Amino acid sequence: MISTDQSAEKLLERLRVAAQAVKEDIAFMEVCGTHTTSAFRCGLPTVMPPNVRLISGPGCPVCVTSQGDIDRLIDLGSRQDVILCTYGDMLRVPGRRGNLETARTRGRRIEVVYSSMDALKRAIDEPDQQVVFAAVGFETTAPATAAAVCEAQRQNVRNFSVLASHKRIIPAMRALLTDEEIPSIHGFLCPGHVSVIIGSEIYRPIVDEFNVSCVIGGFEPTQLISSLLCLTELVLNRQTALVNQYREAVRPEGNPRALALLAEVFEPGDARWRGMGIIPESGLVLRDKYRHFDAVQRFELSEPDEHEPPGCICGKVISGAALPVQCKLFGRACTPVSPIGPCMVSSEGTCSAWFKYGRSGHLNLSCTHANEPQEVLP
Amino acid sequence: MTNQAENHRAVSQPRPTPARFSHIALAHGGGGQLTDVLLNQIVMPRLNNPALSQLLDSGMIPGGRFALTIDSYVVQPLFFPGGDIGRLAVSGTVNDLAVCGARPQALALSMIMAEGLERKVLERVLDSVATTADEAGVRIITGDTKVVGHGQADGIYLTTAGIGELTGLPVPHPDHVAPGDVLIINGPIGDHGLTVMLAREMPEVESVLRSDVAPLNGLIEKLRCAAEIMFMRDPTRGGLAGLAADLAARTGWRINLEENQIPIRPESKHAADMLGLDPLEIANEGKVVVVVRPAEAAAVLEAMKRHPSGRDAKIIGSVTAEKDGICVLHTSIGGWRVLQKPYGEQLPRIC
Repeated sequence: MISTDQSAEKLLERLRVAAQAVKEDIAFMEVCGTHTTSAFRCGLPTVMPPNVRLISGPGCPVCVTSQGDIDRLIDLGSRQDVILCTYGDMLRVPGRRGNLETARTRGRRIEVVYSSMDALKRAIDEPDQQVVFAAVGFETTAPATAAAVCEAQRQNVRNFSVLASHKRIIPAMRALLTDEEIPSIHGFLCPGHVSVIIGSEIYRPIVDEFNVSCVIGGFEPTQLISSLLCLTELVLNRQTALVNQYREAVRPEGNPRALALLAEVFEPGDARWRGMGIIPESGLVLRDKYRHFDAVQRFELSEPDEHEPPGCICGKVISGAALPVQCKLFGRACTPVSPIGPCMVSSEGTCSAWFKYGRSGHLNLSCTHANEPQEVLP
Repeated sequence: MTNQAENHRAVSQPRPTPARFSHIALAHGGGGQLTDVLLNQIVMPRLNNPALSQLLDSGMIPGGRFALTIDSYVVQPLFFPGGDIGRLAVSGTVNDLAVCGARPQALALSMIMAEGLERKVLERVLDSVATTADEAGVRIITGDTKVVGHGQADGIYLTTAGIGELTGLPVPHPDHVAPGDVLIINGPIGDHGLTVMLAREMPEVESVLRSDVAPLNGLIEKLRCAAEIMFMRDPTRGGLAGLAADLAARTGWRINLEENQIPIRPESKHAADMLGLDPLEIANEGKVVVVVRPAEAAAVLEAMKRHPSGRDAKIIGSVTAEKDGICVLHTSIGGWRVLQKPYGEQLPRIC
């Protein structure tokens, strides 16, 4: 454990010394959208040692949602008899037939909410309308969905349902470690918020089975740097370990109340991820006793077609197999104003971060030659 | 200023596909990139003229003696900690005149009300209009009243137009900005937008945050006595990021901001984290960023600090000679990132 009671400069200096001593190129992966944006916001890519890369993995909840699930959500939002409540990030994600924002401009009732409870409240306030909550996110937001479902059950709210595409991070990490297309990584920077719920010990089997370090980190600049320092020192010392660098928030066992709520309402099920296909046990499906809150069942939705927007490589970007600038659409056809893939839309998306914080992607922020920003497009 | 970003080379800009749209979305009104799309695709081709094309906060009436501005206010909730729609409607228009170097002379007020609006709400709003107009030293000399059916508007919308007299000093303009110039702000960022968003989206959260909404013509008058102001603008929608990115693009010079120097209250930072927002992109209604020659920076900073609306003033950045027209934020850990104009408003109706 590295103390964060030091200045960012001091920690960065230690990181540079450790990285230099490693003498080879090393890559770590973060699997949390908030880590992606926090790193870019504090300019971390521009001060990293030249031989250390921080790769963004499948951590943005909107980005990992499969295109079929997104189409289905937009179709549901386009119905006249539905009020669709969604987190703001989902509004502009393109589907085959427009996005939720365009559905809203045509008068459909799409409402941005901050929590699942706001959606449930909407259902209680308007009992004659069907209210659907678009439930996306990892174990961070899933307990809130579970709480809303439990409350809806308790109050017998019959016009409330959820279209759930919640994801579990551990099965995704396992899938990444067995995928040959993914560049080999020397350790995971494990998500802070998710780990508050699932705890730190849950990563131990990954460390033991795959011989890869897992360091749980917070989001402040010093927390990010100290986590990377910890990972780098582990490489230097030829060790693998599970380290909780975010002890102020993350307990070994996680949050038992949230976990109990999750287990009450959901059970693990296979789920489709954008660009990664179906990953066993990586999703959360409503248990039988709550199945009547499933929007798929209530609206008799059929299994969606899977497809990717033509030319879009979001699937590869999400799994760390490609950088945003390797996409032909990036910064040209695909920008935050006219996005093609979800990674450009979501505020936590990797393409969005590269475009927004790195001058439209013209400066290479890939952490490889960070102190000498370089052109990457002709 | 640190020199970390000096090595950026000017590179050819990509040519992004223009955003096509068939219907107006909320984000078109956010004062960000999508508002620019709306202006460029729809408004400017139809209405363009030499005064409008300046795209300043006020338009200069030919003849050079007066400036004219107008703004509508649709904030929800109507009353929030530190202010209300009435105070906002007077301050916003007064400030749009003042940052263009005009002394506000008179305002016009138009009200669109929904049937069923409570009388006491209207009285409270107009009391606030009167108090704020007194504070700014302007009068409402004309107005209009319309009522629409229940549900056809939300409570009350206000529109204020203002006329201001130009003082004979040069009109602050991006064209006057030159490398070496210094950017100064009169206090902490984010207060207004975060206060309104918290009041609306998370009413259960208790916060000490208050909107900074205030008329700034008094402060600006003092500053113009202290030094020549090259450019100034109030960082409303789009926040400080929008202002700085826009200024960089319009001047063609690089604007550098020092993250450590940008004043922000810890509670604002906390609220922004909670809402998943960047304080740099949040609207302010009582802040002004002024750009002055380096030799005059100290005098302007002093003048600001002597005024009640500028006690927490800070020098936050500078203009440098790289001709790339981007805004670079030098971060607290010694790194950098680009600041862009936000895309649009995810959370509408904050002003």
